[in-house]
Amino acid sequence: MTTTETGILATARTQVLEEGIGLSEAQVLDVLRLPDDALDDLLELAHQVRMRWCGPEVEVEGIISLKTGGCPEDCHFCSQSGLFDSPVRSAWLDVPSLVEAAKQTAKTGATEFCIVAAVRGPDARLMAQVAAGIAAIKDEIDINIACSLGMLTPEQVDELAAMGVHRYNHNLETARSHFTNVVTTHTWEERWETLRLVREAGMEVCCGGILGMGESLEQRAEFSAQLATLTPDEVPLNFLNPRPGTPFGDLEPMAGPDALRTVAAFRLALPRTVLRFAGGREITLGDLGARKGLLGGINAVIVGNYLTTLGRPAESDIDLLGELQMPIKALNETL
Amino acid sequence: MTALVFCDQCGEPSDEGDHPRCAGRRKLEPPRFCPDCARRMVVQVTPIGWTARCSRHGERRSADPLRA
Ligand code: SF4
Ligand SMILES: [Zn+2]
Ligand SMILES: [Zn+2]
Repeated sequence: MTTTETGILATARTQVLEEGIGLSEAQVLDVLRLPDDALDDLLELAHQVRMRWCGPEVEVEGIISLKTGGCPEDCHFCSQSGLFDSPVRSAWLDVPSLVEAAKQTAKTGATEFCIVAAVRGPDARLMAQVAAGIAAIKDEIDINIACSLGMLTPEQVDELAAMGVHRYNHNLETARSHFTNVVTTHTWEERWETLRLVREAGMEVCCGGILGMGESLEQRAEFSAQLATLTPDEVPLNFLNPRPGTPFGDLEPMAGPDALRTVAAFRLALPRTVLRFAGGREITLGDLGARKGLLGGINAVIVGNYLTTLGRPAESDIDLLGELQMPIKALNETL
Repeated sequence: MTALVFCDQCGEPSDEGDHPRCAGRRKLEPPRFCPDCARRMVVQVTPIGWTARCSRHGERRSADPLRA
């Protein structure tokens, strides 16, 4: 048994750490099958890979929900779908409050501010609100602006690029083979198409998903390979935070060691990508999660609160970066 | 210190039964139900705080030194 364990770690050391070639789907599966007593060695290797191919800097981002709730889609993990009996009500943020949120984000040292809307795709009203919001933010604050507004038409992609949106988030959420168990109102392929358009328009591509939605280890490996094919600039990893009233409301949160093993495996599949700790880490990993992730392949964090739930205070994460001697990535610097 | 009449997490009367899941949740969740009348509130989370508005009882916000 130990031979296969040291086997895949030894292979990863040569292939990923030394040569910078990400692990294949089958190799990721071997990593995901490593026992708990190999976890520390795995995390250390993932950390070395991140330091070697990305460096010590950490990209810090804040996010805001511009339009909350009432979404017509049925993503089974999401408290913002209007199709489930969730306590989240619809809300719109006005432009002054959006600018205020961007200021709060910039104050933490973050260089990324992501504007998110719970929609299938933007309509004219939302595009106008986004345009007004971005113009007002750019007037007052020096920060990179990202957007996450669902599926886009080619025209909308061009409009966002013209507004100066530097990165677009659109998650594939899970492995292609698991997607229909998670979402039935649109397809994985539709999501892929938006990502293709975003890349074509010259915006950076941010694409990740949620772990712990009932997918198998094989499907986690499959998902890592699909992301590796996409080669996104950033991969945000969320862990399912079961939301009351949603179809996944009764799933158990992922166990901490599984979460960390998956983070490390994704780093070994994607040695050069910005790998971001996103939602659910507080639930899955508790207060130690940030430290363990940052020493196990993660090189980007969302600080402060999420879209509809609260996170750790931003200062706790910023202090931690200082303690770990990981500088916050500066503006206009590419990892 | 006044006790809540309704649980702000599940909207049930707060003195009926335990709300252990709600208590655990409160650390990482803004309030969802008005403690005075149990109406679902319109909640906006921001990077460092939240506001929650009940159509009858008005707006509450997180203790937030930067916005006080
Ligand atoms: S499209 Fe987005 S907001 Fe709408 S249900 Fe799916 S995840 Fe939630
Ligand atoms: Zn309760
Ligand atoms: Zn009320």
